[in-house]
Amino acid sequence: MIGRVLAVARTEWLIVRRNRWLFLATLIMLLFALALTFAGSAPTGTLGVDRLTVAVASMTTLSVYLAPLLALMMSFDSIAGEADRGSLALLLSYPAGRGEILGGKFLAHLAALGFAMSVGFGTSGLVVAATGGASLESALAVGRLIGTSILLGAVFLVFGYLLSSLAGSPAAAAGLSAALWLVVVVLYDLGLLGAVVADAGGYFTQNVFPWVLTANPADAFRLWNVTSSSDVALATGMTGVSGSLPVWAAPASIVFWLVAGFAMARTALRRLEP
Amino acid sequence: MTDILTIDSASKRRAGQLTLDAVSLALAPGERVALLGHNGAGKSTLMKLILGLTRLDGGAIRIAGARPGSNAARLATAFLPEAVSFHKSLTGRDQLSLFARLAGVGTAPVAGLLERVGLADAADRRIGTYSKGMRQRLGLAQVLLGKPAVALLDEPTSGLDPLSRQELYTIIDELAEQGTAVLVASHALTEVEARTDRIAILRKGRLVANDTLASLSHKAGLPTKLRIRARQGAADRFAADTGGRRVNGASIELSCAPEAKMEQLRRFAAMTDTVEDIEMTPPRLEDLYRHFAQEEGA
Repeated sequence: MIGRVLAVARTEWLIVRRNRWLFLATLIMLLFALALTFAGSAPTGTLGVDRLTVAVASMTTLSVYLAPLLALMMSFDSIAGEADRGSLALLLSYPAGRGEILGGKFLAHLAALGFAMSVGFGTSGLVVAATGGASLESALAVGRLIGTSILLGAVFLVFGYLLSSLAGSPAAAAGLSAALWLVVVVLYDLGLLGAVVADAGGYFTQNVFPWVLTANPADAFRLWNVTSSSDVALATGMTGVSGSLPVWAAPASIVFWLVAGFAMARTALRRLEP
Repeated sequence: MTDILTIDSASKRRAGQLTLDAVSLALAPGERVALLGHNGAGKSTLMKLILGLTRLDGGAIRIAGARPGSNAARLATAFLPEAVSFHKSLTGRDQLSLFARLAGVGTAPVAGLLERVGLADAADRRIGTYSKGMRQRLGLAQVLLGKPAVALLDEPTSGLDPLSRQELYTIIDELAEQGTAVLVASHALTEVEARTDRIAILRKGRLVANDTLASLSHKAGLPTKLRIRARQGAADRFAADTGGRRVNGASIELSCAPEAKMEQLRRFAAMTDTVEDIEMTPPRLEDLYRHFAQEEGA
C-alpha cells in the first residue's frame, strides 16, 4: 500500500517540478516575504519588539492569503483534470485505492508547498538575523510560522481535492476553488467584523465571536501564531481575541479541517464515476 | 476450459433507464471477443462494470473468481480507455513506470514495452509532444504490463494509422497466445471480423448476438449476393428469367438464401451460352451487424 502511495507521490512530484510549479511557488513566497520583511521594519521603535517579530507579524498576514491560494492552485486540477483526460479511469483500474491516490498526490503537493514556505520565510528570517534584528523567541516564531503555514496549506490542498472531485470539469473546479478562497479567506472576516460592529460589545462579541473566528482554518492559523507569542500578538493587534480562547482551540481547528477535509475528499472521489 | 471472465445477467440503471439489461457473457483464457454496438448501446458501461468503476444494479460479474474492483480483480485486468490522454509534463517512461509500480511488477519491463509499441525513441520526450497515435500506443504498452488475465480494449484502433492498426492486432494475438482473454469494443468492423474468435453485439443494453461469425451468418440467414456477368446481348433475357437486377450493361445481381446457394450456382454454371462469370459475396460482418443491431423497427 505504502509503495503505491509513494509511486503516485513520485509522479506528482515530477509534475510539479516539470511544470515549474515548484519554482514559481518558491519565487512568489520568497519575493513577498522579503518585501514584507524590509517594508515592515519601520514601526519597531514604537512597539518595542525586534525587527524579526514585526516581520513575522506581516508574514503571518501574508500567509493567510498566499498559503490557501497556492495550495488551491496546485490541487484544483488534480482529480478533475485526470477525469477530463480519461486517465482517471485507467488509474483506478490499477490496484490503487482512491485513498492511496489522494494520499500520494497530497504528499507530493505538501512537499512542494513545504519547500516554497521554508525557502521563502526561512530566507527572510536569515536576512533579518544576519542584520542583527532577531532573538531566540523571534526565531522560534519564524519556525512556527513555517510549520503552521504548511498546515494551513495542507487544509486547503484537501479542500482543493474535494472540490476537484465534486466539480466534474477542470474549469468548474477552478471556479469553485476561487469562490472558496474568497469566502473563507476574505468575506468570512468581513462578515464577522460587521457582526461585531452591529453587536457593539454584547454577548456575541464576548462569547460566540472568538469560537466562530477559530472555526475558520485561515483565522485559526492567524490565532495560532498570535497566541503563541505575545510580541506577535502585539504587532498584529490581535491580543483581544487570542486572550479569550484556550490555547488548543486554534490548532484543534486546523487539525480538524485537515482530517475532515481529507475524509470528505476521499468520499467524494469514491462516489465519482469516471 | 473454465471461463476467466463471467458476466451473469448484469444490469445497470441510469436515470431510470436500463443502460444494460441482463447481459450474460463469458470469456475463456486466450479468447478474443469483439464487442459491437452503436454509440450508447452499453459497451463502455459494460467495461466500467467489469472494472468496478461503477456498481451493478443486478446480476454478477467475476474476474478470475474475484469481484470487480477488488484488488485481485484489478491485478488480473488490463484496460485501455477510449482516446486516453496523460499529463503532458510527464514523459512516456515516467507514465509507464507509474503504472508498472502500481501493478507491482517494478520498472524492469518498462523499456522493453516502450520498444515493443514503437516508442523507444520518444520514451524520454514529454507526452505533450506526442501525437494521438503515440498516446494510444503508450496506452497499449500499459495493457501489456504484468501478463493480465483479462484485457479490455475500448476502441483501441481510434487514431491509429493503418500500419499501427496491423501492429495492434498482432499485439492482441500475442496477448491471446499468452492466455489473456481479450474483449475489444470497436466500430472498425472489417478489422474485428478477421482478428477475433467471437462476436458479441449489444443493442440498447441487451446482448442480441454472441457467437462465431459463421454461426451468426447461419442464424441470421442473410442472403449471399451473386453477381453474374452475362454474354453479349444475353443480359436482358437472363435478368427476366431469373428475376435479378441489372446493375450495368452486362451484369445482373441476385441474392439467394444460404440453403439455395449451391443449387443456384449449379444452375448458372450450366448455362454456358449466357453466363460468362459468377462472383459470389457471402454476408459480411457489416451486414450481420446491421441485421442484429437494427432488427427492430429497421
